[in-house]
Amino acid sequence: MTERSEGMIVERPLKLEYDYTAGLAQSRFLKGLAEGKIIGEKCPVCGKVYVGSRGSCPTDGVPTEGEIEVPAKGTLTTFCVVNVQFAGQSVETPYASGYMLCDGADIALMGLLQEVPIDQVRMGLRVEAVWADELGPTLSSIKYWRPTGEPDADYETYRHHL
Amino acid sequence: MTDVLRAPHALEYTYTRSVGPVVERFFTGLGEHRIQGIKGADGKVIVPPTEYDPHTGESLTEFVDVSDAGCVTTWAWNTDPRPGQPLDRPFAWALIKLDGADTGMLHAVDAGDESTMSTGMRVKARWAADSVADMGALECFEPEAAK
Repeated sequence: MTERSEGMIVERPLKLEYDYTAGLAQSRFLKGLAEGKIIGEKCPVCGKVYVGSRGSCPTDGVPTEGEIEVPAKGTLTTFCVVNVQFAGQSVETPYASGYMLCDGADIALMGLLQEVPIDQVRMGLRVEAVWADELGPTLSSIKYWRPTGEPDADYETYRHHL
Repeated sequence: MTDVLRAPHALEYTYTRSVGPVVERFFTGLGEHRIQGIKGADGKVIVPPTEYDPHTGESLTEFVDVSDAGCVTTWAWNTDPRPGQPLDRPFAWALIKLDGADTGMLHAVDAGDESTMSTGMRVKARWAADSVADMGALECFEPEAAK
């Protein structure tokens, strides 16, 4: 085997700068977050409540109906434990992030889970949002999610949301 | 009516990468104000040099010096340069076939005005004042008549 050196190394940062327009439905959702509320929108045909709605039901192709507040409390449906450090990471490893299905919602929100030992993180865990000190029209308004202490949700209640 | 929210959103990846032996030699040459190509299996000179032959896939090793001047084979005028592009004023993106090369190299032509640009026009490299062994050494190309 021949010895290989690393050779020349270059920095090649790639930056994409967007001017993002949220649209009507997403703006309603984001403004809700600024008031400490999680706003969903319901499909008049299938009845599903979309959280972080884009304004239409992807199944039925009809506009959703605006502004249904769902509680900042729900069920952890699935999760991932992060053990690897990476650049720009703001949370100490190991930590878990997961999908939080608010009660009454049909789409889960992705979020960070805290105040629970990693080995106790499980599907069906009941969780609630901990809001940031300063709220704004951003998902960062939810600082993280933590267990409520309620008994775990039955698998049947969230099996269609995995 | 709900107001629609709008915000800047930057997506950034901070890549650090190795360039490999062929590009390393190309970059090193640029730092010395030399442009090097590589001879393909069919004898044609590829600029910038590639590690492998584009047709046969075999490793290429025979470097060839080419001129820092050549012809524009095709071009497009960029009226609104974005941050990070070679020039901060309107310029042409062009494929430039350098004398001694058989392929076109993509670079910027500082032509001042679109009317100055034409297919087949002669251009020459403008080297950066402080040369580093990287693409930055080659600032841009400019119409040869301007020299």
